[in-house]
Amino acid sequence: MAIILDHVGYVYEKGTAMETCALKDISLVIPDGQFIGLIGHTGSGKSTLVQLLNGLAQPVSGTIYYNGEDINEPGYNKKKLRSQVGLVFQYPEHQLFEADVFSDVCFGPRNMGLDRKESELRAYTALKQVGLEDEYFYQSPFDLSGGQKRRVAIAGVLAMRPEVLILDEPTAGLDPKGRNEVLDLIASLREATGMTVILVSHSMEDVAKYVERIIVMNGGSVMQDDEPRRVFAHYEELERIGLAAPQVTYIMQELKKRGVPVRTDAITIEEARDEILRALGQQRPHG
Amino acid sequence: MKIIEAKNLIFEYIRRDAEGSVEGITRAVDEVDLDVEQGDFIAILGHNGSGKSTLAKHLNAILYPTEGTVWVDGKDTSQEKHLWDIRQTAGMVFQNPDNQIIGQVVEEDVGFGPENMGVPTGEIWKRVEESLRAVDMYEYRKKSPNRLSGGQKQRVSIAGVIAMHPKCIILDEPTAMLDPDGRREVLRAVRALNEAEGITVVLITHYMEEIIHADKAIVMDKGHIAMQGTPREIFSQVERLKELRLDVPQVTLLAYELKKNGLNLPDGILTCEELTEALCI
Repeated sequence: MAIILDHVGYVYEKGTAMETCALKDISLVIPDGQFIGLIGHTGSGKSTLVQLLNGLAQPVSGTIYYNGEDINEPGYNKKKLRSQVGLVFQYPEHQLFEADVFSDVCFGPRNMGLDRKESELRAYTALKQVGLEDEYFYQSPFDLSGGQKRRVAIAGVLAMRPEVLILDEPTAGLDPKGRNEVLDLIASLREATGMTVILVSHSMEDVAKYVERIIVMNGGSVMQDDEPRRVFAHYEELERIGLAAPQVTYIMQELKKRGVPVRTDAITIEEARDEILRALGQQRPHG
Repeated sequence: MKIIEAKNLIFEYIRRDAEGSVEGITRAVDEVDLDVEQGDFIAILGHNGSGKSTLAKHLNAILYPTEGTVWVDGKDTSQEKHLWDIRQTAGMVFQNPDNQIIGQVVEEDVGFGPENMGVPTGEIWKRVEESLRAVDMYEYRKKSPNRLSGGQKQRVSIAGVIAMHPKCIILDEPTAMLDPDGRREVLRAVRALNEAEGITVVLITHYMEEIIHADKAIVMDKGHIAMQGTPREIFSQVERLKELRLDVPQVTLLAYELKKNGLNLPDGILTCEELTEALCI
């Protein structure tokens, strides 16, 4: 059971003067339960890719399989697919629309055709999963803070009990603490449910700490697909396409250039700290 | 010379329920004093809901104080007769690039401000050219804004403001919706305006690494000014910033962690070069 993309291509406004190739010959396997960071600058094709995965757009070439079935076969149940591959858009709080938080989260399961009781049960569970207190349930979603609204929007997708959760820039516009809270939340949800999670992001610092695999998109193609440490080792290549490795990568590289015997593959502050202390400890035993 | 001054600035929102009756009052800005000198680069930080955007909206008379006074270039913002002058003196750029572009063509959009001010046509074209060059967007002047990237759109918005020849430009999270490339472009443009043209900059942001070049940083919390000082002074207080839901750049945090573990490093390291320099002595 997995998502498989087999030589998938996508072209916007095909046959017009504005024809733009958004994805070129993408082949990927996304096994169940993996935590993936999908990185690329604006226009690299990452949002298009995400839209293909839950059937919002149809590839012009190639095939996408979800659990072994071609999702673009005539007769394939796309509605079901969209509840199984949940997509949280950028600024999802802009899509909140109900009079109160609880009804908003019920919308997804109701729309799947579940009965009222089951929908409410799922909404309740989802709101608890994102850590929203009961006292907010019957407030207007528009009275909540930015971070709370985003939690509600994520709960709206969780209530459909997706097997794959895709989040497009889930931390955009939040303050630093809010960013960490949302990312920690996503990590713990994944831990608890075993969902596949695809995190679309611009920020290497954000994904470095959490994901086990990074897919770097550039110009509609997959440029790199590896574990974070190995991806960041190619930091010069990342820079060329308008991305950057986490700041710690640069520090370690610079230290090495200046002759401090550090390994350069640290990706978090903690790893960098321990590595620098180790290297300097060797140099200056009492320093 | 002071370009912006606020004394005892208080702003209260009246919260209303669905029927329109008053539910309560929220004090979004609470007794803030602020001095901005002409030519300064000021950064305002604060978590979501700390009052920083509300404060910013007072700096070009989008909002008026409930109590206290704000002066822009010596003019009291609460007096309606100063409104036009104040808006020309202090221009504002908002977060969402798609909400602030109105022209069908880049150069028309940039010309809108001066045209609205009654600037003669010849002069408008001169200003449009200067402004677009200042943000490095001149070659896109005949393009449709729809076809630009987020960073490019924000630079057009900035050009639209500087075409009005303001003394001060206020940017409310101008990079929040941009990718790293776009953020770099916008910041480069903003710094150039400040350094080359001497325009006063007030930059509101969540990204800590964007403020390291500011002359002064102000941290807002619950409507108050919680901290102020140079970026180095602010970033020396890692724990305090965390309490305020903020962060420090990765390099500053790494230096802080190393220092805690006994390495002899100065406080408030801001760049990779500073840290490697300090470690390699």
